[in-house]
Order: sequence, then C-alpha cells, then structure tokens
Amino acid sequence: MTGFRIFQGVTLALVALTGAAVVFTRDPKRQVFIAGIYGALQGILYFSLHSPDVALSEIAVGSIALPALVLATLAKLEKVK
Amino acid sequence: MNSASRHIFFAIFGAALLAFLGWGMRGLSPFGHYPGPYGDILNAVASNERHVQNVVTAVVFDYRGFDTLGEEFILFASVTGVLLLLRKEKGSEDERCAPEPPHEKTAGVIDAATEDVTRVFSPGIIGTILIFGVYMVLTGHLSVGGGFQGGAILSAAWLMIFLAYGSEAFHSVSRQSILEWAEAGAAGSYVLIGCVGLICGRAFLTNVLPLGQTGDLLSSGTILLIDCAVGVEVTAAFVLLLVHFLKPLEEETPVRTP
Repeated sequence: MTGFRIFQGVTLALVALTGAAVVFTRDPKRQVFIAGIYGALQGILYFSLHSPDVALSEIAVGSIALPALVLATLAKLEKVK
Repeated sequence: MNSASRHIFFAIFGAALLAFLGWGMRGLSPFGHYPGPYGDILNAVASNERHVQNVVTAVVFDYRGFDTLGEEFILFASVTGVLLLLRKEKGSEDERCAPEPPHEKTAGVIDAATEDVTRVFSPGIIGTILIFGVYMVLTGHLSVGGGFQGGAILSAAWLMIFLAYGSEAFHSVSRQSILEWAEAGAAGSYVLIGCVGLICGRAFLTNVLPLGQTGDLLSSGTILLIDCAVGVEVTAAFVLLLVHFLKPLEEETPVRTP
C-alpha cells in the first residue's frame, strides 16, 4: 500500500510540475507538446486514484485530440502569416 | 497598468486566494477517504439490479442516464458550433480570393513530410487503435471503458490515417455527410432508447430491455445500446472536428478547379 501511495505522490508532483511547465512555456509549438505530456501524466494520475475510466478519456483527449487540434490551428496561422 | 503594480496586485490577491483555498481544504475529508453513502450503496446493488460488472457505466448510462444525455448534447452542440464557425460560405472572403496556383508536389506537403517510420508502423497502429476502440465501446458494462472513452480512442485512428497517408486518404474515409448523419443519428437514438421506457409505461430512460447474464457481452439491457450510441456519436463528433481543423492544411494539395 505504501508503494502505491508513493506512486500517487510522484504522479501528483509530476502533474504539478508539467502543469507549471505548460504555463511558463512561451513558444506555442513547444507548449503543445508539453501540454500533451501533461495530458498523459494526468491520465496516469487518474489511474493511480482508482478511476481508469477517466484516465482513458483523459489520455485520448488530453494527449492526442487536443494537441492535434492546436497544432492544426498553429499550422493554419503560420500559413496566414 | 505597468508590470510592477500588476505583480503587487497579484501578490496580494494570490496570497488571499491561497489562504482561502487552504481554509477550504482544511474542511475536506482526508485523502482517499470517501464519506458519502451513494458509492457504497451502488457498489452493493448495481451488479444485481442492472447485471453489470462496471458500476461506473451503470451510473453513467442508467442511474444518471439523464445527466449523460445532457452531456452528450453538450458535445453535440459544441461540435455544431465549431462547424458553424469554421464553415465556408459561397461568396465569403476565402472563396472570393483567386484560386492558388496548383502546387508542384502532387502528394502535398504533408505526404512528402511523412516519416518512413510513420508509414511502416501506421497500419499496425491504426488497426490496434480501431480494435481497441471498438472493444472499449462494446465492453463498457463489463470492464473499464464505455462510449466516451472508446469514441475518443477511435477518433485517434482517423488522426493516424491523416498523419500516415495524407489528406486524400483521410478524406476518403471521412465523408462529411456520413459523419453528420452518424453523429446526429447516434445522438437522437439515445433519446429514442429513452423513449422505449415511456412506451412501456415507465419513466424516461428506464432500463426495460432484458438484462441477460451478468458478464455476457449481450447483457445489461439498454446500457449496452446507449453505450454504442454514445460511442458512434463521440467518434463522429471528433472526426468531424478533425476534418474541419485539418482543412487548412489539406489545401496544400493541388487546387481542384471548379
């Protein structure tokens, strides 16, 4: 049980770290990738908190769909420039 | 307001917010401790009442099915809104621009930039994602999963097709008319499944179908049907979003003259 508690603590800390990293990254292109990692870590966090259902949707949406849509928008903006 | 005074404002109100948050969190029950009775009650009765193994799915698609109906239509309405914003009307600014000269590359920028490794591994990845997504949708009542999760996973397969095979292949597997019918039809069928309860003289969204054997694929009555409807709706909604967001990139391909 203590091992699991450590796992929860580590993932919580990592989510906090990457969340801050998303905010402090200024270049949108880098930001997208860090946001994707943030989404995946959030998935692991939800898994560690006994909600695998939420973890699956978070991984699919947070680390695949959201970065893809933001990247597509960035590409469009670059084309307009 | 200059930068220094903004920082002072942030320091004051940030500290106030932190104190307020800390005060509020002191009243919470300790980490990992669940005080409410509902979860325990449902864990005890759901398996017998609805013949499901995953109580979460029973809550989402049956006990709180009406909430999920609203949730599904939030997704439906937001996708409709996005499509409305991104639509191109005839005679709009984009249309009136002179057509771009045809591109030199036949396959388009994205195809040319596709890595070999993406091409080699994509069939396996796409197949795995599709099977895993369908499995997630179909076994929501048996194990972890459900329509929302499965739908989101399935749409990743379409994204993979775009990345590996380019926009033309992507377009040939995502006809907009079919996707729109699938999305609207699946969202509507949730309501229709709910109406079956009304026809049988019970409340809206009552689980009136035979429940079957717990653990079987065909069990849990309307939960499985709603699960599939939500799966189709979420997949179609996400792929529609992808189609519209990826459109600007796809215009790199040779311009089809009208």
